[in-house]
Amino acid sequence: MRTKGLGYYAGRLLFYALVVFIVIYSVFPFYWAVVSSFKTSDALFSSNPSFLPTPFTLTHYQNVFSGAAFGRNLINSLIVAGGATLICLVLGVMAAYALGRLRFPPKNAVLYIVLAMTMFPQVSVLSGMFVLLRETNLFNTHAGLILSYLLFTLPFTVWVLTGYFRGLPRELEEAAYVDGATPIQTLIQVMLPLTGPGLVTTGLLAFIAAWNEYLFALTFTIGNNVRTVPVAIASFGGATPFEIPWGSIMAASVVVTVPLVILVLVFQQRIVAGLTAGAVKG
Amino acid sequence: MLTVRQTRLAWLLVLPTLLVVAFVAGYPLAQVFYYSFHRADISFVEPTEFVGFKNYLFLLQDPDFRGALWNTLRFTFVSVFLETVLGLAIALVIHSNFRGRGIVRAAILIPWAIPTVVSAKMWQWMLNDIYGVINVILVNTGLVANKIAFLANPNTVLWAMVAVDVWKTTPFMALLLLAGLQLIPADIYEAADIDGASRWQQFWTLTLPLLTPALVVALIFRTLDALRVFDVIFVMVGVNTATRSLAIYNRQTLIDFQDLGYGSTVSVAILVIIFIFVFLYMRVAGQGVRGED
Repeated sequence: MRTKGLGYYAGRLLFYALVVFIVIYSVFPFYWAVVSSFKTSDALFSSNPSFLPTPFTLTHYQNVFSGAAFGRNLINSLIVAGGATLICLVLGVMAAYALGRLRFPPKNAVLYIVLAMTMFPQVSVLSGMFVLLRETNLFNTHAGLILSYLLFTLPFTVWVLTGYFRGLPRELEEAAYVDGATPIQTLIQVMLPLTGPGLVTTGLLAFIAAWNEYLFALTFTIGNNVRTVPVAIASFGGATPFEIPWGSIMAASVVVTVPLVILVLVFQQRIVAGLTAGAVKG
Repeated sequence: MLTVRQTRLAWLLVLPTLLVVAFVAGYPLAQVFYYSFHRADISFVEPTEFVGFKNYLFLLQDPDFRGALWNTLRFTFVSVFLETVLGLAIALVIHSNFRGRGIVRAAILIPWAIPTVVSAKMWQWMLNDIYGVINVILVNTGLVANKIAFLANPNTVLWAMVAVDVWKTTPFMALLLLAGLQLIPADIYEAADIDGASRWQQFWTLTLPLLTPALVVALIFRTLDALRVFDVIFVMVGVNTATRSLAIYNRQTLIDFQDLGYGSTVSVAILVIIFIFVFLYMRVAGQGVRGED
């Protein structure tokens, strides 16, 4: 055993200093947004800003919700992200069960197509997607955005859920077959309940991705009746071009982010597992 | 036979997904290729006209495209490099045992959980030239004499973008590397301890080589992501020659210039560039990306 000399304690001290630095680095920008959102405009535009929200005010939150637009944007985001998540979970479970548990000839080809889809950049299908939405009359509709979001949510969902299905023990399935269950019954009654945690994680990740999406939402919507929250926040303007309402922008940012942060912290373990499964196994 | 039924069922289950893929990826992609050989405007006021490789020839001489490519490459290399170094450091810290590890892990997830648009706005406010907290801290601690307009200065603005991207995406890198670290069996370190290897030697001779597969996968993911950077830059500084990335230039040609033909050509070019990177990584990584079954 090494004796715990001065060097040991110096080492521990340095280590904890590093830990504290990592935490501050990660959390400070969000902390600053929260603090800013509660400050009065005078305190906000001070050359010596306080690190606590003094004096404390809810004005910016009232401003954000006083117009009809931001509430509408929030609902739009919920519809679009929720719709995309639901559809990709239903389709994803079906495809992933086939890819993870059944044997059929072009399985690898299908997997590679799905994997290739996760690689190509959204912007490179921007014009094609524009043409598609125009031709189907889905431009500037919730359905159009949901459809376009399947481009990135579906491959990811299929990929991660395939991993989950493959990890389930074969005996369960065989027992069900022996009892005379059809593969479809096996999927719904035996396999699906077991993939519950996987479904929650993948659904959450798909929801977050759709909730945060900006490029398609910016390009395929006009006006506030379909516009989602990221587009609204990015285009928040003041009364004049020279007056940026930082307090309101920060308040809106906090409103949009707090539910995500809570979800992520609650499902922390599973999200990390899901992220690394989706990525490392890729 | 079960196998025949199984095959039919499998097809039935996969078919909806394949149809969606064909609809939202295959069809748009085909349109992109089609229009890249045409002169066309996105409002379809002018008739579409076949022009062969004219758009591609223009692309080769387009200084704006070259500028965007150069910005994107600089952004990608520097941010992926910093993310890798920082991500590895953070992963090593969280991997070791200490009190409060759970809190640190939760803390580093926060930047990841924040929407890119929101983090762009948060940093835009922090980097504000007059009221921004970063300038206040820099001036109050005497590190700089005068406040810096980070986002207005063409020499600093791209690096400000890199800083925000690094903050936002290092957690992802750290998590992937942490997963890699957890796969390394602990007993090889015990053996190394007995042999008297220092921590530093253990890191270079054991940890790093054994972490390479995870590192390669993480690098591929982050590089591909950085190459298509759009949100951070577009929200913070808009369309600006000093920071314009390939994705931003692509959207500008399509939407601002309404040029469906040339915009599609730029899209194809981005796809080709991404595929070059994928190909290079595959070659370097060898069997780094796993085949199935």
